[in-house]
Amino acid sequence: MSRPQTEPPAIEVSHLVKTYGGAAAVSDISFTVVRGEIVGFLGPNGAGKSTTMRILTGYLPATSGTVRICGLAVAAQPDEIKRRIGYMPENNPLPEDMRVSEYLYFRGRLKEIPRGKLGSRIDEVLEVCDLKRVRHRIIGQLSKGYRQRVGIAEAILAEPPVIIMDEPTIGLDPHQILIVRDLIASLRGRMTVIISSHILPEIEMTCDRVLIINQGRVVAEGTPADLRRDVLGRAAYDLEVAGGAPLAAIVAALGGGLLIETESEPDAAGFRRVRVTAAHDAEIGETLLQGLLAGGLRVRALTRSQPTLEDVFLAATRRSWDAIAPLHHGSSPVADARD
Amino acid sequence: MKHFGTLLSHEIRMLLVSPATYFAATLFLGFMGLVFSKILDSYSGAAQDTSPAFVFFNLFWLPVCMMVPLLTMKCLAEERRLGTIETLLTTPVTTTEVVLGKFGAAYILYLALWASTGGFFYILHKFSADPRLLDPGPMIGGYTFVAVGGLFFVALGVFASSLTRNQSVAAILSGAMLAGLILGSHFLADSAWLQQDVFAPAKKAIDYADVFTHRDDFTRGIVDTRQVLFYLSGTVVTLIFSILGVEAKLLHS
Repeated sequence: MSRPQTEPPAIEVSHLVKTYGGAAAVSDISFTVVRGEIVGFLGPNGAGKSTTMRILTGYLPATSGTVRICGLAVAAQPDEIKRRIGYMPENNPLPEDMRVSEYLYFRGRLKEIPRGKLGSRIDEVLEVCDLKRVRHRIIGQLSKGYRQRVGIAEAILAEPPVIIMDEPTIGLDPHQILIVRDLIASLRGRMTVIISSHILPEIEMTCDRVLIINQGRVVAEGTPADLRRDVLGRAAYDLEVAGGAPLAAIVAALGGGLLIETESEPDAAGFRRVRVTAAHDAEIGETLLQGLLAGGLRVRALTRSQPTLEDVFLAATRRSWDAIAPLHHGSSPVADARD
Repeated sequence: MKHFGTLLSHEIRMLLVSPATYFAATLFLGFMGLVFSKILDSYSGAAQDTSPAFVFFNLFWLPVCMMVPLLTMKCLAEERRLGTIETLLTTPVTTTEVVLGKFGAAYILYLALWASTGGFFYILHKFSADPRLLDPGPMIGGYTFVAVGGLFFVALGVFASSLTRNQSVAAILSGAMLAGLILGSHFLADSAWLQQDVFAPAKKAIDYADVFTHRDDFTRGIVDTRQVLFYLSGTVVTLIFSILGVEAKLLHS
């Protein structure tokens, strides 16, 4: 993804604010997406994801702040921006009465694809999105999976440099999710993609980078691995140990802020399942194993726990509520949400 | 306006696959056919002072109030209900192009339906030996009136559709606005209280907007540019409000 320094980023959002009747839907969001990157946009309901995406497309005006797509300001050049984006809104609205190929032809004409190229381009996207079998079917009669793929086909039809998809996998079964995920992954490097989703494993598998948004603010940003380190900030180990030696004392003596988080009852073989957490993210598995063995304990298993993006998401949103809560008093909605 | 042609052809195609269009066409042609057969019936019984075309266009308001809402109710309301307006307006088209495309399609269909009633006169011409029954003046005047007036009527339908995401509400609103414009102005012009001197300016304005007077003038062969201007300016203002209606809804969506 090394690009010339002169080429502006695909998306630049700076201090973006959007308010509705005094209530802030988006509060001072800033982020940058480089060309060819696939970025996941995560956040609970009402976090401001869809509003941000609509502002990126030029569909909604921002209250303040600047948004640039491929170096062009959305507010100043909305028509140029619309030529550079492919957008699939939440719930993927499609006309019910049109055939798939008719719809793509119509959208291609609106997106100013020359007539001479449009036929072959439609064939290409039908092939890429595996829609050839249904090209003559009425959209209203298609299954949800096919409809989602029609939405994606429409978004990539004009080969825009930036694709924005709001919940592209919502309501799909696991098989359909797999197809859509592969489809999005196939755009890597060619187009910049920003997708929002509630399905965290999807984001983790598809995206190069993740933005977590809560209460209209970006609360965490980075690769899934970076986020695990930055947001959770500590390593956790799952052990299966047996023996009469005092486990808590042995673990504490090893240093590194090691603490026993949970400990189960011994099973038939006398082994207990124990979760130990460290105060930092550094690897101390070997030290831990040696310490336990030296302390006279028998160890059947030791694994470093891999926190999921879901853990990161929950920790990041919780952290943002913690940051916002002091600003509110008593029974504020934020305080209630934490409860 | 480079996408207007694409949008217009798309909208015409969409109207042609919509059941509401065929319902409107059937109602319209059925009603106008009935009116025409009654006219012929009365003309075959006794000699009349006016030509059949003059009487035919007398009842224009009834099919207009039925047909225009059915043709226009879906245009913007359905786009908003389905959310397809969002995908439409994130392509390089403007709200003006979208509204004008929808208006143009509905107006072309409106004209096509009225033009199809020309078949009645053709049948009359084919089977009647009496040339007095086919006086071209009222016929041309009548069709010119429905064409010029139709601009404003269809624009009102589009405006009603821009105000709501419910087609039925749009149809009712559009029917009410058309009835208000066509019948309301006529009844107001005739009301006794408006004859008082104090209301003279209002009376003058209402007389100017009386659609029945316009129809009478057109079918008599009088084309008053003030009346044409009334419909053209009404159309432009209503379409501007339709565009603003769509954009205002976007801002608050």
